Amino acid sequence: MILSKQIKGLVFGLFSPEDIKKMASVKLVTPELYDKEGYPVDGGLMDIRLGVIDPGLRCKTCGSKLKECVGHFGYIDLARPIVHLNYARSILDALNSTCVECGRVVADLDKIKKYMQKLERYEKEKKNELRKREMKLFSNALKNAKKCPYCNAKQAKIVLDKPTAFSENERKLSPIEIRLKLEKITDDDASLLGFNPKYARPEWMILTTLPIPPVTTRPSITLETGERSEDDLTHKLSDIVRINQRLFENINAGAPEVIIEDLWELLQYHVTTYFDNTVTQVPPARHRSGQPLKTLAERIKSKEGRFRHNLAGKRVNFAARTVISPDPKIKFNEVGVPETVAIELTVPTRVTEWNINWLKELIKNRKYPSANYIVRPDGKKKKITDETVDQLIEELQPGYIVERHLVDGDVALFNRQPSLHRMSIMCHKVRILPGKSFRLNPSVCNPYNADFDGDEMNLHVPQKEEAIAEADMLMQVKSHIITPKNGLNIIGCIEDTISGNFLLTKRLKFSREEAIGILLAIGVTDFSKLGKDKIVDGKSIFSALLPNDFNFIGYSKECKKMDRCLKTKCPIDAYVLIENGRLISGVIDKNSIGEDNGAILRALHAKYGEDITVNVLEKIFKLGIEVLLRHGFTTAISDTDLPLEVIEKIKEAIKAAEKKVQDLIKEYEEGKMEALPGVSLKDTLEMQISKTLNHVRNDIGKFISSYLSEDNPTVIMIKSGATASILNIVQMASCVGQQVLRGKRIQRGYRNRTLSLFKTDDLGPVAHGFIERGYKNGLSPAEFFWGAMTGRDSLMDTALRTPKSGYLYRRLANALQDIKVEYDSTVRDANNNIIQFNYGDDNIDVSKSEGGKINVKKIVEEVSELQ
Amino acid sequence: MTVIEEFKDELPKNVLDLIKDEVESKKLTQKQTKEVLIKTKEAYERSKIEPGEAIGIITAESFGEPGTQMTLNVFHFAGVAEANITLGLPRLVEIFDARKEISTPSMNIYLKKENSRDIEKVKKFASMIKETKIEDVLLEISTNLTKGYIELRVDKKKLIVMGCKPSNLIKTLTTTLKKVTIKHKNDRLFLKPIIKMELTELYRLKEKVKSVIIGGVKSVTDVLPVKKENEYVIITAGSNLKEVLKLDFIDKTRITTNDIFEVESVFGIEAARQAIINEALKVIEDQGLNIDIRHIMLVADTMTSSGRIKGITRSGITGEKESVLARASFETPLKHLISASLIGEEDKLTSVVENVIINQPIPLGTGLPSLTTKIELPKQKKPN
Repeated sequence: MILSKQIKGLVFGLFSPEDIKKMASVKLVTPELYDKEGYPVDGGLMDIRLGVIDPGLRCKTCGSKLKECVGHFGYIDLARPIVHLNYARSILDALNSTCVECGRVVADLDKIKKYMQKLERYEKEKKNELRKREMKLFSNALKNAKKCPYCNAKQAKIVLDKPTAFSENERKLSPIEIRLKLEKITDDDASLLGFNPKYARPEWMILTTLPIPPVTTRPSITLETGERSEDDLTHKLSDIVRINQRLFENINAGAPEVIIEDLWELLQYHVTTYFDNTVTQVPPARHRSGQPLKTLAERIKSKEGRFRHNLAGKRVNFAARTVISPDPKIKFNEVGVPETVAIELTVPTRVTEWNINWLKELIKNRKYPSANYIVRPDGKKKKITDETVDQLIEELQPGYIVERHLVDGDVALFNRQPSLHRMSIMCHKVRILPGKSFRLNPSVCNPYNADFDGDEMNLHVPQKEEAIAEADMLMQVKSHIITPKNGLNIIGCIEDTISGNFLLTKRLKFSREEAIGILLAIGVTDFSKLGKDKIVDGKSIFSALLPNDFNFIGYSKECKKMDRCLKTKCPIDAYVLIENGRLISGVIDKNSIGEDNGAILRALHAKYGEDITVNVLEKIFKLGIEVLLRHGFTTAISDTDLPLEVIEKIKEAIKAAEKKVQDLIKEYEEGKMEALPGVSLKDTLEMQISKTLNHVRNDIGKFISSYLSEDNPTVIMIKSGATASILNIVQMASCVGQQVLRGKRIQRGYRNRTLSLFKTDDLGPVAHGFIERGYKNGLSPAEFFWGAMTGRDSLMDTALRTPKSGYLYRRLANALQDIKVEYDSTVRDANNNIIQFNYGDDNIDVSKSEGGKINVKKIVEEVSELQ
Repeated sequence: MTVIEEFKDELPKNVLDLIKDEVESKKLTQKQTKEVLIKTKEAYERSKIEPGEAIGIITAESFGEPGTQMTLNVFHFAGVAEANITLGLPRLVEIFDARKEISTPSMNIYLKKENSRDIEKVKKFASMIKETKIEDVLLEISTNLTKGYIELRVDKKKLIVMGCKPSNLIKTLTTTLKKVTIKHKNDRLFLKPIIKMELTELYRLKEKVKSVIIGGVKSVTDVLPVKKENEYVIITAGSNLKEVLKLDFIDKTRITTNDIFEVESVFGIEAARQAIINEALKVIEDQGLNIDIRHIMLVADTMTSSGRIKGITRSGITGEKESVLARASFETPLKHLISASLIGEEDKLTSVVENVIINQPIPLGTGLPSLTTKIELPKQKKPN
């Protein structure tokens, strides 16, 4: 980015009355806003010297029109000084640290000298915390001084009667008196108290003139009725001006002191609420409707305030948002963009000798691949309309910029909120598709955490060459396969693509013709790995996707982790061996190609880099779909059907468990049970019961899985790791199981029982949330209720957790955002404090590592095999 | 292993150690080892972090994203079902906030090898660690209103179990309460105030007597021996590292506590850093999440690099940032603007938010390198 100017720093300070007058363009004298014709009154709050908010008018100060003029400040002279609400505490501190009579800091020269030396030393050593503490100590010591070391005057304690009134020895101090006291403080003394007299003289904390913000900061709205509705700030300011004028008049007329005092106080109230309308001690100023006014402090504060809403969060052009839907046929790094979006989002393209003809064609087009604007070298923007087309085409020459429609291959940024990590916004290549939704390859859902139940996503089109280049180089999907969170792949095969590859490598065989057909469908043209036989097995088809020098050893999900691995002779084919790009043995499943820990993908990435990995992954993905398309794959509720004898057996198992629970209860009631260490007797019983009931469901699971056929589609999905678990089958087919609420069986409800249909003190399984039926058979009313209870509890947990973890994230991001790796490999914050000498002790970037490590084992194996 | 030594400056220590182990187990020759080292170095150079990488943000994201998956379920049973320990998101918040008072302080006390095998022995030691109030060994406590004294009846059996003699009991009572004389007859103790007391005062004294600690370690409210591998470990509710370390029967090298501030005050800031890492790691692993340790290390280092523990709060790290705008854009903007205006504070715009606010490139990543040069600007009017 080329910058011709750069801001080096910002200094904060107070405005002196002179500063306020100097920067003001007008002195305001009347609370009236408009005259009878509806024209702004001179010297009123809407004076056109303060800027313009109406179309057609010109600013009297700078001569610019609406939107060009940023607005100008005005000022009013306050009839009497007013305490600035937010500085009341600082005023108090300043008063209590200085002599009541002479205004000097009440410490002798010795003390001051020592204090100064300490401060200087801390400043030099950059010990900011100690410096701050020292300053606090110093001013605290001053507050308790009894006598002034310079004029020997006895010191009185001044107290702040919140929010803005001060009193000394029970006597009220007027702002005039306070200002006089503050004026007495010398510049040197002021800096002792922590003021920087160059930017903030203590007396400036008491206002004598009030700056009036430009009208552009408080624009009025014209209602449908033609009536004008003024901004809250304007309302407040007109109150201030009105009371101020009345106070002036009364003082000039020599009105009694009481009346002046009252008006003065009223003015103080108005100025206070002008700054902050949420002070607890002050009743908030309200509209006539009773709704409190929104004044300066509320404009700055909180999430919707100026800082977080407008300054730290920017709005952009060239963005689009619509519903997303899946398209497994597009590439990972593509995004399907509807035409309606493509004609609104444009890419500014500089006209050169090489593209002038193409651009002229585009402009001529008038329908979709066209252009919207032409920018002349002097910056003038011309809209392309039916009337101007011919003339503009004529005019076009190198050096112009054409804002052309989005076309296939353009760079765009795709984003889904909440943007929790950097993979929430990635660079995709545009692909114009029919329809009205953004299309997204389902494999890229995981990094965005998207699904297609109505999710919407945002699309941004970078406009500058630098931005386009950065997006292209750094933000591509392929560069984010490995997450920096833990060095595992966040993109992998999902759902059907896993089941497809699982089936293929497990048992499917195709005729050679069919196999070639499948490979051609996914864009593979090298059939050398298929062999010469008429029948080709799935492993060979899968091998055709792999690079020829790829070697890999891994284990499938089914691996039982035996003490002695039988390797290629594994009875369940769990030993995944790839030699020279050929899958020798093993079934491909979630452990090899899935999200989060796809071992093959990880190995590919480490050896060949991101380009080849994405290429192979996309092919594997398509292969899975293609295989399922040809082989057929259906899942139905009948997958969970069990024969009668199995159902009987399960029923018996449940009955036996319930019997065992009853026995435990009996044992407990007869006092024969022994408590476990550190647990009460009742809790021991509860634990035993829970254990028994959980056991029974696991047992049923094992039983059912041994019964169900390997060809059962639901079982295929489970075994491949595509979706679901055996638990889902158990819950559907036979027994939903114990419902757990807050780590225990369900305990709450009526007195001594959970629901009114149970006897009191029933400790049995059914009365405490055990669902013995399966979803397919239907639940009893009580059982349904248990399910509803735990369901509600988990919903609540999610709802309560989201804001909590969101806040933790915000705090972490704010605290750590400026920490970076320097060129000398140290980790430093914005202040150049060294946080670490080497990032993570070893300088390894997690997103470039394999699970946070360098795979030494693999290297050793490679080397030892070379011999 | 001289070949490995040669690469001492080129590869980090943990990688070299790994190579050493692997090479030894595979019995590689010197030549092969060298080959391994060269290849590892290539891999290492490839996975090195690049200057300008915004690792702070990456760390924050690495915690923030899985944070939504953590449970709010506060309690967790460590081992059997005894001392409940706060885990999950609340505990992570607690660690990063650097709270002085944590909700469930707990220690794992290992005993010396000779003491740790026999459960009876362990139980005895455990009871010596547990804070015991006089209440716990009393059969009865009564006040004699007419004569103005307090009568205690002590359970001698319990005293013997604790290994505490009545004379010791009297000694601790007199030293902690002062102003009383104590006589003792069999299992009865008579407490008489030196100066005669009002009735209400006497009642207050009675309550005070009840809570006098006569044995064990202060604030260790519960102990439980748990078998871990082949020895017994005492898990406690409540933590007091300093006092427990004074006991001679424990293994001082393996004791742990989850109170980070206690670790800091006993062992110093470096230990506190490690404690933060360990505690955060415990939460993350318990939740079944996988966050690289480098992220946890960065948070711990940021919290402790100043020499004392700073929390990730508006009064901690963020509150002590140099930049006014960075502080103001986080929380309580008015407060920061007001104090900045009085000091005449200058914001040098060195970090991220400030530059976002004023629309300048941020000094991170591709915004970090800069080049100053004189360019002859074309004499055209600048486009708006």
